[in-house]
Amino acid sequence: MIKKLLIANRGEIAVRIIRAAKELGIKTVQVHSAADVESLAVKMADETINIGPPHTAKSYLNIEAILSAARETRADAIHPGYGFLAENAGFSDAVRDAGLIFVGPNGAAIRTMGDKVAARAAAKSAGVPVVPGSDGRIDDPAEAARTAARIGFPIMIKAAAGGGGRGIRIAETQVEFESLMPQASAEAKAAFGDGGLYIEKIIGRARHIEVQVLGDGDRAIHCFERECSLQRRRQKVWEEAPSSALPQVIRERLCGSALALTQAVNYKGAGTIEYLYEDDSQDFYFIEMNTRIQVEHPVTEMITGVDLVREMIRIASGEPLRFQQSDIKLKGHAIEVRINAEDPARNFAPFPGTVAALNIPGGPGTRFDTMLYQGYQIPPFYDSLLGKLIVWDETRPAAISRLQRALSELRIDGVKTTKPLHQLLCEDEGVRAGDFHTRWLEPWLESSAHKLEAMKQ
Amino acid sequence: MTKQLLSPLPGTFYRRPAPDKPLYKNEGDTVAVGDVIGLIEVMKSFHDVKVEVSGKIVKFLADNEEPVMAGQALVEIA
Repeated sequence: MIKKLLIANRGEIAVRIIRAAKELGIKTVQVHSAADVESLAVKMADETINIGPPHTAKSYLNIEAILSAARETRADAIHPGYGFLAENAGFSDAVRDAGLIFVGPNGAAIRTMGDKVAARAAAKSAGVPVVPGSDGRIDDPAEAARTAARIGFPIMIKAAAGGGGRGIRIAETQVEFESLMPQASAEAKAAFGDGGLYIEKIIGRARHIEVQVLGDGDRAIHCFERECSLQRRRQKVWEEAPSSALPQVIRERLCGSALALTQAVNYKGAGTIEYLYEDDSQDFYFIEMNTRIQVEHPVTEMITGVDLVREMIRIASGEPLRFQQSDIKLKGHAIEVRINAEDPARNFAPFPGTVAALNIPGGPGTRFDTMLYQGYQIPPFYDSLLGKLIVWDETRPAAISRLQRALSELRIDGVKTTKPLHQLLCEDEGVRAGDFHTRWLEPWLESSAHKLEAMKQ
Repeated sequence: MTKQLLSPLPGTFYRRPAPDKPLYKNEGDTVAVGDVIGLIEVMKSFHDVKVEVSGKIVKFLADNEEPVMAGQALVEIA
């Protein structure tokens, strides 16, 4: 077993990892920037070490500083959390080259799954349905035009080397496609030094459904699905497990396909396989695999009873997976809402500040993963996630009632948060019916703006 | 008379629109009301820092990528 774990992250996930390590009897080292000296993770860890200035490039993204902190504190493992270096293949390799354990897959697995074309090829060969599109990069305009005509419109043109929405073009017709293709290629060349493109059919009204998997490099299991269709600017705001939209037979097929892909790549660690799902056709399509623990992992923990962060540490330590697939039972319904330091009444403007009074909800089936404490000064340099309110109950309607009750207990004075947004969502008929898709929330926010503005906090 | 332009927000100050782009303004440049001299990143969202009095930039008081507090002086304009 790992003896001393260095946490190369911050915020609520650092707290979550420290808790799992403590339960396993592992000592913890919390790295921190100059702006995070007073953070909750720093207060909770056995040892702490300053790795640089507030700017992330100089601290949490600084591989050399993190490796040197591990050497100095004699840590034998590094947990990357999510974001920052979690899916940086070079970091995973550098940690192993330094003789340490990386809590996550090796660089090669991160590279394969992080490369859209390679991941799609891996999915296809494992028998996982993929969004109709080019099977790989396209450099020849004539070939692109033929492929576009075959898969149908609208079509998304993406940079093979792209990310973060850059280099994406949407074509509604063949004519439009042929004029946008050279533009997209030039933009990709300028932005990424690689003009390679690939194209994909746009699935209009779809849900975002993802499957949690765990593998030990030899054997793998799935822990059922999460639905994260409520998104604002491609950021998830409300997640639940299971999805209320999947018939049981489709659930089995979807989770089975995720498991097949996990096994096909001999995956080691915790991962998530993301899909788009169409209600009408009951078709699902692989989008990508995330090779890290995800923000919304607690909803899966609530419905399966599996402690995912603890399991990924055990797997990294070299233990075989402790579960058979038949051990994983789906029970009840869980919902997580993200409490961000953003003001929903003012177009989600960020709201750093100092936490005055703080009341954390409790009671049955209620969990609040956070890095807040009374008097904590929220630094402006990092993302706005303050905490995740997670509830579990026997059924989805009961979980929503419990969420409303828990939200009413939550009090974070001194800053504006997204709590009113979630209170309003809980009351919405569409949300209560589970009748939504990935483009549902943004128009809803526009039409509900006056209500959000009227909500005092 | 020199005037100081204060940061409207706490966060990270940037003097360029992107890492591979040139500086918005240099010391010695003439600026007009509304000109952008930098960005403040607050919780991953970016806000323009605009000049409130026209004049000539004497000196930058905060460096590129420097953490700043709300109300901290960023630039001196004469």
